[in-house]
Amino acid sequence: MSDDFDHPDVVLQPHGPMLVRGVTSVRDADGTVHAVERPVVALCRCDKSSRLPWCDGTHKVIPRQ
Amino acid sequence: MRMPKPRGVLSEWVVGHLADAPAGAAAGVAPASDSWDDEAISLWTLHELSYRGFEDASHDAEWDPTVLVVRHDLESALEDRLRSRWDGAAPAAAEVPAALEALVADDDGPSLADRVRRHADADQVLELLRQRSIYHLKESDPSAWVVPRLPVRAKAALVELQYDEYGDGNPNRLHAHLFARGLEAVGLRSEYGAYVDDALPETLEMNNAASMFGLQRRLRGAAMGHLAAFEMTSSLPSRKMVQGLQRLGLDGPMAAYYDEHVEADAIHEHLAAHDICGTLAEDEPDQAAQILFGAFTCLDTEARFARAMLAAWGVDP
Repeated sequence: MSDDFDHPDVVLQPHGPMLVRGVTSVRDADGTVHAVERPVVALCRCDKSSRLPWCDGTHKVIPRQ
Repeated sequence: MRMPKPRGVLSEWVVGHLADAPAGAAAGVAPASDSWDDEAISLWTLHELSYRGFEDASHDAEWDPTVLVVRHDLESALEDRLRSRWDGAAPAAAEVPAALEALVADDDGPSLADRVRRHADADQVLELLRQRSIYHLKESDPSAWVVPRLPVRAKAALVELQYDEYGDGNPNRLHAHLFARGLEAVGLRSEYGAYVDDALPETLEMNNAASMFGLQRRLRGAAMGHLAAFEMTSSLPSRKMVQGLQRLGLDGPMAAYYDEHVEADAIHEHLAAHDICGTLAEDEPDQAAQILFGAFTCLDTEARFARAMLAAWGVDP
């Protein structure tokens, strides 16, 4: 049976983070593994977050490329 | 929690009536409120009957017909006032997430978080936390009422967001509980409703708007727009709150509460704008205007509260 609704596990927000559903851990660029306890996480794509690998909203105050 | 102190003739009547409703049905017609403060605390008290209630109010009071008439009249007056402040246009359903982003981007209300980050003293921050406690000790509860009123996609998305608000199944991580632990750590009282007698009318109006949106099915779009605007203006200010609390040596559980919101609300803002409000507007296009009205009301009541707080501190907004 096909699903009625699109419900992707990974969603790229325009000018925003990557939302990822249903994961239990994330390894950041430095190799550190972070446990995930939420149903959805937002991964930083602008690399300016103060709490990488997570988005902290900083992309909203930096000029768009 | 016990009922709040009356602030005028109507709240005096409300508190007296709730104490012995429905036996006190003979109390007759409620008097008109004699001030905004009186009106605001009266409606807050009546809404609270649908949350945790009061130990000194009758358990039958929530659905007492006399009480419902008063609540209806107060809500009508509040809704009229809130709508009179909004002159925005209804976006096309597909444009709702972008319209929410534009509304938030154009918000020019003063930022209390900016003040806390750099200048506020400890007494001012504690006063702000007492005011914030009126909402944060029931954080997300007004939105929870909306779940059964939503179409499929928006319902699933709201519950996905709420699951995180309520601690992802872990009571220790429930946001209202984190705030209570934060209050204790900075030497404030953490019982539910502890500071309602200190609440400014602006604080009460902000809370009453959220409760009214949550309680009335007709206003489900406004409730979700309110939620979206709240989440979309939380992450960056929460980080400033952390910095201000740390500057004042108030790090620990209260800073941790705000720190959690930096991360959580950077996720929730997308869920609220796109997956909740966006799909709700697609499925029920007549809700687009309601969503924007709710979002505007969230920003507007926060701006009014911020101006009142800054005025009390002698700061130009």
